[in-house]
Amino acid sequence: MAIDTRVAPKIKHHDEEYKVIGTRPIRHDGLEKVTGEARYGSDINLPGQLHGKVLRSPHAHARIVSIDASRAEALHGVSAVITSADLPDPGDKLTTGGEAPGLPVKFKSANMLARGKVHYHGHAVAAVAATNQHIAAEALKLIDVEYEVLDPVLEVWDAMKPDAPVIIEDLYTAKADGTTADEPSNVAAEMLYEVGDVDAGFAEADLVVDREFTFGVVHQGYIETHNATANWLKDGHLHVWCSSQGAFTIRQELADLLNHPITKIHVVPMEIGGGFGGKTTAYLEPLAALLSQQTGHPVKMAMDRADVLKATGPTPGGYVRVKMGVTNDGMITAGYANLAFDAGGYPGSVVGAGCRCVFAPYNMPNAKVEGFDVVVNKPKTHAYRAPGATHAEFASETVVDEICRTLDIDPVEFRLKNSAKEGDWQLAQPPYPRIGHIECMEAARDSAQWQTPLETAPGKKRGRGIASGFWFNIGFTSSVIAKLNSDGSVTLLEGSTDIGGTRTSVAMQFAETLGIAIEDVDPIVADTDSVGQTDVTGGSRVTFATGLAAHNAANDMKDQIAEGLADLWDVAADAITHADGTFSANGNSATVREAAGLLEEEGVFPIGKNTVTPTREGGAFAVHIADVEVDEETGKVEILRYTAVQDAGVAIYPPYVEGQMQGGVVQGVGWALNEEYVYDDDGHLLNASLLDYRMPTALDVPNIETIIVEVPNPGHPYGVRGVGEVPIVPPPAAVANAIHDATGLRMSHLPMSPPRVQAALAAQA
Amino acid sequence: MATEILSGKVHVQTTINGEQVDFLAEPRESLLEVLRDHLGLTGAKEGCNNGNCGACNVVMDGALVNSCCVLSVEAAGASIETIEGVASPEGLHPLQQSFLENAALQCGVCTPGFIVAAKALLEENPNPTEYEVRWWLAGNLCRCTGYDKIVRAVLDAAERMRAEA
Repeated sequence: MAIDTRVAPKIKHHDEEYKVIGTRPIRHDGLEKVTGEARYGSDINLPGQLHGKVLRSPHAHARIVSIDASRAEALHGVSAVITSADLPDPGDKLTTGGEAPGLPVKFKSANMLARGKVHYHGHAVAAVAATNQHIAAEALKLIDVEYEVLDPVLEVWDAMKPDAPVIIEDLYTAKADGTTADEPSNVAAEMLYEVGDVDAGFAEADLVVDREFTFGVVHQGYIETHNATANWLKDGHLHVWCSSQGAFTIRQELADLLNHPITKIHVVPMEIGGGFGGKTTAYLEPLAALLSQQTGHPVKMAMDRADVLKATGPTPGGYVRVKMGVTNDGMITAGYANLAFDAGGYPGSVVGAGCRCVFAPYNMPNAKVEGFDVVVNKPKTHAYRAPGATHAEFASETVVDEICRTLDIDPVEFRLKNSAKEGDWQLAQPPYPRIGHIECMEAARDSAQWQTPLETAPGKKRGRGIASGFWFNIGFTSSVIAKLNSDGSVTLLEGSTDIGGTRTSVAMQFAETLGIAIEDVDPIVADTDSVGQTDVTGGSRVTFATGLAAHNAANDMKDQIAEGLADLWDVAADAITHADGTFSANGNSATVREAAGLLEEEGVFPIGKNTVTPTREGGAFAVHIADVEVDEETGKVEILRYTAVQDAGVAIYPPYVEGQMQGGVVQGVGWALNEEYVYDDDGHLLNASLLDYRMPTALDVPNIETIIVEVPNPGHPYGVRGVGEVPIVPPPAAVANAIHDATGLRMSHLPMSPPRVQAALAAQA
Repeated sequence: MATEILSGKVHVQTTINGEQVDFLAEPRESLLEVLRDHLGLTGAKEGCNNGNCGACNVVMDGALVNSCCVLSVEAAGASIETIEGVASPEGLHPLQQSFLENAALQCGVCTPGFIVAAKALLEENPNPTEYEVRWWLAGNLCRCTGYDKIVRAVLDAAERMRAEA
């Protein structure tokens, strides 16, 4: 059984041929996901289980004067009510693990349950456990909280003003030069990156384009809401079942937040219904654990959609300024960027990653990038697929398009001329290894869409745009344990939660290395007691890093099989060769299956294992082409045709590489055209539902054409580059550049929603 | 009506995937809650609880519904089909097979809803155009796939089902 469908074009820049890698098997977990049998976090129900719910702040910024839960506690069916008083004082501890280590635990703790003050509309204030969710919901209404309402600060440009209300009274800016500010403010951190002489670079330029861009807050929009079930046993063992991007990260956060020994915490990763960076941290797990401890019962908690939108970690709104200088013949001489991102109610936005990406597709001799992490009265922001890169490159790719228009240079030719390539500098990083931006741009140029003139229609405003995107990808730590069964099959335990087919992409690398069929590998996502340390599924790292661990584990298993056969065949282990899944020496030979049988008779059961923390992620580039039609009356932008080109290094599991590309495009199109948190002046979120926070439906987008480019990553034995994140980066700029082509408008705010486009068209007329 | 009130709960008799089922529910509980929490049929998922995402789709008396927007007592006397009833003992439904072969799922949490919705479409229109598939499935949100492979899988399944019919 294999996937037999329209195979998208693939452009190889290498000569490797593989047996398993690059094929299209059915994913191992597919069957239970099409029958409804797969078990996600909310599907668990334990005997004696109670249901927990969270009381949330109705205000964006307020002091908590008092909390009186006595009426709630008296309600029949209510077992416990907790507030921040029930969480241990974290002191000065810093976070470890996860995507953003080194932040004060006190902020994470206060985000879990507000301590003295609420920092955003929806901030958790108290939690209740009751016999069912309806009684828990009734109990929330009986908790009396007295607030002293304070002025909210919602946008970075207001929060950075000297006279702005300070949200965290003891927050002193960590400055780029390593010093700390003397006075508290809302700016948690400043960063500065420089290369060359930016002033001299701008002096050499014939044309300087300097533009400002602003951004609404957007949410990752995973369809499964957050959930957690905890069972705190009387001996202190804590079992947690949850849908998280990282079971080990949840374990660490529980240890940090609850002051509980890590050895007593056992986290079981359930299937996860999407994450995109938004499920890399705990929200409900510590509350369910505390409620379980207090009641002596397992406690299950699940957010509703309004909770998810109000109180989890959307990705920042904010501000980006990009200034670029070029010569008349189209060579970039200098770039300057200034990025200020919402951290939300507590410090720690993704602005640093945005800084690193803003000019990444180009070899720019002189550049300066400044970043600001700014606390505002909105939910604590988090990663969303290539975090920070989409904002940054929307700005820079729009400016590049304007430069090309002004100088009348073809946008493909301009990007090819200025493209970053192997050996060029990267901001705050070693020079680029082999990368594939040029190869992606060439593939886009040669694509069916680029080669087909845009079809005009009388009275219709249509346009075409192109944009590049970069995301650096992440290594982090991954573990794999592989057990050879007596029939030659392999049970593969891995620590990475599987959000989109990585069980199979990891297993395929194992099968390739050991020389067995993919159907003979049974990949299992294991719990924190059953496999080695594994960081979050994020940073496009699983097929890269966990795949590397699987490759290494297969080599470990090969060595163990060879040692076992050496005894049987009376040869030295290093005299045994392995090719195409067959071990041979001295006239003897055995396939893996035969070897497993021989070794079983000797009582030998090889277990290959590996834990690895690779750092040569390689970086990923994408080039996208969008054709749009702009409705002059309504301002609605329709995507007519779309092509996504991406360097996958080597595409291990092509249908799911295409899937990542297509999914990233549609998320990027939603960000480009519709999605945005809408606040009133008091900081209330007005659109906390999936009707009003409108994500693209099947009817809003066309089929997404994909072209996989393979420029192998020299930092991985099979050349893998992570593919998950970069496809969200180019769409807003590609669409904006197409809108300009159609209308002559330069849009400077995301989303380019119908009212904004309509207003811009009206202003133009 | 096949209902009887017992100590604040309502006794409901219904048919689910061809089997007669009895349950007790509070009148405020939705069909989705009863399916998931009382009957162990957790294939239908809660994504929004207000009818905007389609993850809880079931078919009730031949109509595609969001089970989060149906009160459980409304199931009395009805015939309900859930994702758990789509495959037969002989094997997967062509839509399920087609979703696997077309890589039409990533995280998988919206998949049961899409398959139930697509099955309802193909029963009404065995030969839909791509536009008709997209229009019908616009009530189901998927955040992972960008819909491309889902739409192809439904068209592919429709073709197979027509060939077998």
